[in-house]
Amino acid sequence: MQMNQIGNAAVETAGRKIGEVILSLEHISLAFGGVKALTDISFDVREGEVRAIIGPNGAGKSSMLNVINGVYHPQQGRIVFHGRERRAMEPHKAARQGIARTFQNIALFKGMSVLDNLMTGRVTKMHHGLFAHMLGFGPGRREELAHRQKVEEVIDFLEIQHIRKTPVGRLPYGLQKRVELGRALAAEPSLLLLDEPMAGMNVEEKEDMCRFILDVNDQMGTTIVLIEHDMGVVMDISDRVVVLDYGKKIGDGVPAEVKANPHVIKAYLGAGH
Amino acid sequence: MPHPGLAQTSSLDTFPRLLRHHASVRPAKAAVREKEFGIWQTYSWADAATQVREIACGLAELGFRRGDRLAIVGDNRPRLYWAICAAQALGGIPVPMYQDAVAQEMAFVMDDAEIRFAVAEDQEQVDKLLEVQATAPVLAHILYDDTRGMRHYTQRGLMSLDELQRHGQARHQREPQFYDLEVDKGAAGDVAIMLYTSGTTGTPKGVMLSHANLLLTAKNAADFDGLTEHDEILSYLPMAWVGDNIFSCAQAYVTGFCINCPESAETVMTDLREIGPTYYFAPPRVFENLLTSVMIRMEDAGAIKRWLFHHFMAVAKRVGPQILDGKQVGLLDRLHYGLGQLLVYGPLRNVLGFSRVRVGYTAGEAIGPEIFSFYRSLGINLKQLYGQTEGCVFICMQPHNEVFADTVGPPAPGVEIRIADNGEVLYRGPGVFQAYFKNPESTASTKTADGWVHTGDAGYFDARGHLKIIDRAKDVGLLTDGNLFAPKYIENKLKFFPNIKEAVAFGDGRGQVCAFINIDISAVGNWAERRNLAYAGYTDLAGRPEVYALIRDCVEQVNADLAADEKMAACQIHRFLILHKELDADDGELTRTRKVRRRFIEEKYGTLIEALYDETKATCYIETQVKYEDGRSGMIAADLKIEAAQVFALGGAKRAA
Repeated sequence: MQMNQIGNAAVETAGRKIGEVILSLEHISLAFGGVKALTDISFDVREGEVRAIIGPNGAGKSSMLNVINGVYHPQQGRIVFHGRERRAMEPHKAARQGIARTFQNIALFKGMSVLDNLMTGRVTKMHHGLFAHMLGFGPGRREELAHRQKVEEVIDFLEIQHIRKTPVGRLPYGLQKRVELGRALAAEPSLLLLDEPMAGMNVEEKEDMCRFILDVNDQMGTTIVLIEHDMGVVMDISDRVVVLDYGKKIGDGVPAEVKANPHVIKAYLGAGH
Repeated sequence: MPHPGLAQTSSLDTFPRLLRHHASVRPAKAAVREKEFGIWQTYSWADAATQVREIACGLAELGFRRGDRLAIVGDNRPRLYWAICAAQALGGIPVPMYQDAVAQEMAFVMDDAEIRFAVAEDQEQVDKLLEVQATAPVLAHILYDDTRGMRHYTQRGLMSLDELQRHGQARHQREPQFYDLEVDKGAAGDVAIMLYTSGTTGTPKGVMLSHANLLLTAKNAADFDGLTEHDEILSYLPMAWVGDNIFSCAQAYVTGFCINCPESAETVMTDLREIGPTYYFAPPRVFENLLTSVMIRMEDAGAIKRWLFHHFMAVAKRVGPQILDGKQVGLLDRLHYGLGQLLVYGPLRNVLGFSRVRVGYTAGEAIGPEIFSFYRSLGINLKQLYGQTEGCVFICMQPHNEVFADTVGPPAPGVEIRIADNGEVLYRGPGVFQAYFKNPESTASTKTADGWVHTGDAGYFDARGHLKIIDRAKDVGLLTDGNLFAPKYIENKLKFFPNIKEAVAFGDGRGQVCAFINIDISAVGNWAERRNLAYAGYTDLAGRPEVYALIRDCVEQVNADLAADEKMAACQIHRFLILHKELDADDGELTRTRKVRRRFIEEKYGTLIEALYDETKATCYIETQVKYEDGRSGMIAADLKIEAAQVFALGGAKRAA
């Protein structure tokens, strides 16, 4: 591991490695009754990149994320993930295939400790049944130890050692967000979906969160798709940006392109500017 | 592993030789623990010796020569401690630096010590060092412990400690004798560490301490307290502070005990509980905060628990210290205390992480007698010491069973103390520093030719032979009758009362001592509310006769206390007044660190001082300009009452005011 890092140093200086397309969404349309949430949207995500989805309120950003991890099933279009095509994903299958996510409104178990919450992120990777784990020794125990080790690495990574045993409900908002990221990381995802990871945070918390997101991307090589409102943050940390407005795609490209796109300016600032 | 034949010939008078000794005598015993990934990882003395050797050989590969300085920047981490010893093994001088220093502060030290090599804990410290490097290009090699976030750093001279150690291993394989030969070149008189004093007065000075300084002092103190290899400490104090070098390095190397590095600065309290150290040091502030948090939590506890706590704390206050000192205590009290031990003291000690503390120390500033006796009554053997960087910490220390809140104890073993005519404390002993780095003038003005060191503190020995530190020597004055006047000593005594926030004593060149008092608005305000005493604000409350009575009571208690002490009896407070406004840093009356600016106050409130010394005056009118937080200023006017306090004759008999 250590040797590899040093060996790669020369290659890495040019920047991070962005690979092949791993997820492509083609002509996705999603409607709830007569309400069209998404209309004919296509974009792709490359391995190792930070891909942002932005847009005004109600543009369909969260719906898009929900389509990717299979909570919503689009009426039209197809999703290709790691070369396998399907009409729709299923959430549990998505999780097993290495897609993890966080939620706009924190969805943690408030009464459980940070450690236990992170352990739930390992559920899809547990092989022994309920009874083996209830015994407290034997294979179930060994498995739990291995998972605990992984979780401890995440705790170390996110610098939350001091709240390891604290019930999540007692933590301030910014730390809860960090714990939620931790739970997603505990699943060792290859694709991480973040739904407004910085909403409601103060400047310092945002800076910390940005650093963690970049570190996850850089050190773990995780591909990240994030929804974010804060334009400054989006433009700073993402490689490519998709812009949605009223369920339609109005822009796609590197941050500088998107910033110059007249449709995007119109959607954000209104006509006449 | 020690080279056969060499280990026997060299004595154990340097850090690297002691390390080699422990690695052969107690190879499997724990030397260092560090909590990582939620688990206490243990490194034995043999592991430590290997790590130190690898780092040393790696440094040698990079061109580290005898006499080179190695900067160490970071929190307490095992590898940073090993880097210290590695530098010492090569005859270099480690220079630990405060981890929270900003780059400019570091730049001074880096420049002054001409540092070529630095070991940093993590990315944060590396960033600062790189910033320093821009202005101090002498710094050629930066080594770092934690590789997190360091992948894209391509600056020249950056290397992880892992890689350094791989070079070290290779060097050791090529030249297996190299390390042991280097260790054998060391001498007890070599400089073992250089510590920069904080520099509250002028620029920081590098204090050079030799192996003999540190190890002899550490040995004396360890023998004094009966420390053995079975002791445990938590290493959480800054590595740049002399105390950590004594407790975590010198005493650990002398006795072979185990040091424990906390997981992070935020987890220290949890880690303390888990480790349960047997030997513990903390500044008074820490003990004060702990006590406050206990008291606040007790207020929130249920009625039964609260009653139990208060009942048994009263018992502990009465007999606890005597039981700890092994004095005669009645059987009934003993049983009562035993029950308290079971129900309150034991569990409380456990929560605080003090269950196993055999020896605890505090030092640095005056500790409130209430706070001090709280811990002692719980059965925690908390003691005081007096020390300085220039003397390797231990100048005075309290023996078991001779512990008092107001003294710092008799001279430490091997240390001689002399009081100069102006009251300044001078000491001489095995720990006296070699010199200030590149600063012969300062060395000459601090250390005399025959080895006496000026502490800059004024003090005296009391009847029990214990040293009492009263003030900074430059602040100590004389009353007209020739008695010593130590303002801070009197002010501290006043400030130990919760109702008094700040006090300023006057008396230098005058016949008697008088004082300004600042009430603590939250404490006195609370007291007034409980008495249904209505008040309009600070100025109004401060002028109330009831408040004057409350404060006079405090002043008279201080007087009674001072009267019991032959040297200080003349410092009793004759007249006092309560100021109409809080002393404030914004108005220039306090420094930003809340220290009283004596000269400024004397000028600003000259009329009040004159009135204090004019026995015919009972009130004095004053108008004061104040600055508000938004930058505006205004005037406060008040007619301040001046009251006389009762003073006592030496020994406590009453004397007319």
